[in-house]
Amino acid sequence: MYDLISRYLVWIAFAVFVFGMAYQFINLVIQAKRDKVIFPYMTWKHSFRSLLHWIVPFASKNMRIRYETTIVTFFFHLCVVLVPIFLTAHVVMFSFAWGPSWSSLSASVTEWITILVLLALVFFLLRRLMLPEVRFVTYPSDYVLLAVAAAPFVTGFIARHQWFDYETMVLIHMIAGAIMLMAIPFTRLSHMLFFPFTRAYMGSEFGAVRNARDW
Amino acid sequence: MGLPKLPKVSDPGLDETAKMLTPQRIEEVINRVIQKETAARLKVYMNTCVHCGLCSDACHWFLSNDRDPRFSPVGKVKQTLWEILRKKGRVDPDFLKECSRIAHTECNVCRRCSMYCPFGIDIAYLLLLVRRICSLLGLVPQFLQDTVNSHAVTLNQMWVKQDEWIDTLQWQEEDARDEVKTARIPLDKEGAEVFYSIIGPEPKILAQLIANMAQIMTVGGVDWTMPSLDGWDNSNMAMYSGDFETMGRVERVHHEAALRLKCRRIVMGECGHAFRGAMYDGPKWLGWKEPPIPLIHAIDFYHELLTSGRIKIKQKFEEPVTVQDPCNVVRGRGLGGKLREIVRMTCANFTEPEPGLEHNYCCGAGGGTINCGPPWKPSRVKGNRVKAEQFEATGAHIIITPCHNCHSGIEDIVAGYNLGMHVKFFSEILVQVMDVPEDLQA
Ligand code: HEM
Ligand code: SF4
Ligand code: SF4
Repeated sequence: MYDLISRYLVWIAFAVFVFGMAYQFINLVIQAKRDKVIFPYMTWKHSFRSLLHWIVPFASKNMRIRYETTIVTFFFHLCVVLVPIFLTAHVVMFSFAWGPSWSSLSASVTEWITILVLLALVFFLLRRLMLPEVRFVTYPSDYVLLAVAAAPFVTGFIARHQWFDYETMVLIHMIAGAIMLMAIPFTRLSHMLFFPFTRAYMGSEFGAVRNARDW
Repeated sequence: MGLPKLPKVSDPGLDETAKMLTPQRIEEVINRVIQKETAARLKVYMNTCVHCGLCSDACHWFLSNDRDPRFSPVGKVKQTLWEILRKKGRVDPDFLKECSRIAHTECNVCRRCSMYCPFGIDIAYLLLLVRRICSLLGLVPQFLQDTVNSHAVTLNQMWVKQDEWIDTLQWQEEDARDEVKTARIPLDKEGAEVFYSIIGPEPKILAQLIANMAQIMTVGGVDWTMPSLDGWDNSNMAMYSGDFETMGRVERVHHEAALRLKCRRIVMGECGHAFRGAMYDGPKWLGWKEPPIPLIHAIDFYHELLTSGRIKIKQKFEEPVTVQDPCNVVRGRGLGGKLREIVRMTCANFTEPEPGLEHNYCCGAGGGTINCGPPWKPSRVKGNRVKAEQFEATGAHIIITPCHNCHSGIEDIVAGYNLGMHVKFFSEILVQVMDVPEDLQA
């Protein structure tokens, strides 16, 4: 069981993720062509100008108004996006070259990242419960989404501290990770893929067409 | 959540038409619009929105209603489009009445929220889609629908007949001559440098603005003309009701009138929504990437006249002024800088509104909202308290608003919150301070 999952599930999850993202991307291009007003108005300059202002923390007015969310979301996304990408990529490369090799970040860094991510998710949850404008637009699926994002980190944390049966926990951890990865293309987590495009389009519409700034 | 009930507003455009709707027809229209008229934008915006509520602080309705979540941008989408899509179009007439209330009367499609959503989701587009659905089902506030009917029948917004139009121009030409002796309003002059167009309400209720322009054109030595036939009205309420077929007809006639007279370019009067229709929404619907003939808003034109020295200033306007940045030409065209330049060239005492430029709050009247008429006025004025606070903080006496919607909307706000300020178009300031050469003086 352990063998089966550790050997195949990771690859299946990766495959679903990669093909799912490719499918969503191709669909996006096809649909964008049907929506005739998209491509004719897009420019590289204004796309990147807008992206830059919405990726650099505090470069847009709303990021300054909602500074607490900006700080939290920035750390959170740095951890969930960049770290796994680089970390896993490294691990995979290592595995190819020298056979299995598990950790490439020191234990204490991993520990901190996990804690930060979980705190950030608690913050998102509290925001959702306490701010009327967020609560009003919350569907049950929003909580599920937070849980899907939290699961790999919670289970990883438990496994590392060997609180329950270690092997079972690692299994659950891998399954949770796989679920999150596979959920990205097919749920609202696909905002990861769409972010650059929605931003680029709005940046172009504001910048190239309307001669105004959108940050 | 225990939110207070909103006051019930009766509007025959919604109440009476809702009675005629059947579930089949509702479902058919909704699914037709979703399948035939939408593609990437709707799909991606629906999948991308993470329900984070960060767009809320953008909306003057939300801020003015004490952060009531029903008025936040995403809150309005949730109450309308999300439900419509979740139920795959199987919604009832009463629900759609609420959709029309929200989309037609409680959102100005001003797009400020697109500058606050981290993804740049175009919520105004989504709410316009709701309006489109409502309009195809006949659910449009009565006053707004009446202007659309007028557009459809007369190609102008106010049921102005051609003889009335020409009469008004003659009368305004005479008035202009009381100030500037040689002032004229040339009709149908082929090959003129400038084709000047205005919105329907000008001849109907604000005719002196036409006389102002005749003076400005004459002093500036501009070769200009106005059409005697349809196409003189550049306003477009069909764009806002959701009747895009009529919107397209109106815009086509406007551009064709200028082309028929072989004019070099169109100069549009001080109106924001008209500019949006002629510059963006109309051409897009007609399949044109850009308007077929160069087109500028009055702010741009005044800026040209003043910076080129064609019009000189006799003595600057002394009273303290501030400006209203109209969404459709500032967030919609980046004319905020030029607006400040012309105001500084003509006024001695100018205070910046805060927030200003692209971040300015909408007047609350735009997007066809003021055209929904008296039944909806109380909620509209209540929904823009932040605007009143913004102006009050400037300490100005005069608010310069180069847009008709803003002008009327801000008059309502000034009255509703007892600000004791006055609202003026830029042309009203300009005719007061410009230097009329001796040989032109009446
Ligand atoms: C390049 C990739 C990504 C970008 C640019 C991105 C961008 C964003 C943005 C702009 C928000 C808006 C709300 C906020 O700032 O709090 C957001 C929220 C969020 N994102 Fe991402 N994201 C990315 C990837 C991911 C991934 C991989 C995950 C998941 C596991 C994720 C999970 C979340 C969560 C949980 C929220 C908060 C939703 C809430 O308020 O409940 N994101 N993201
Ligand atoms: S009124 Fe303006 S800011 Fe508010 S939801 Fe509509 S477009 Fe967005
Ligand atoms: S529209 Fe944008 S800001 Fe508003 S809730 Fe959706 S993702 Fe958040």
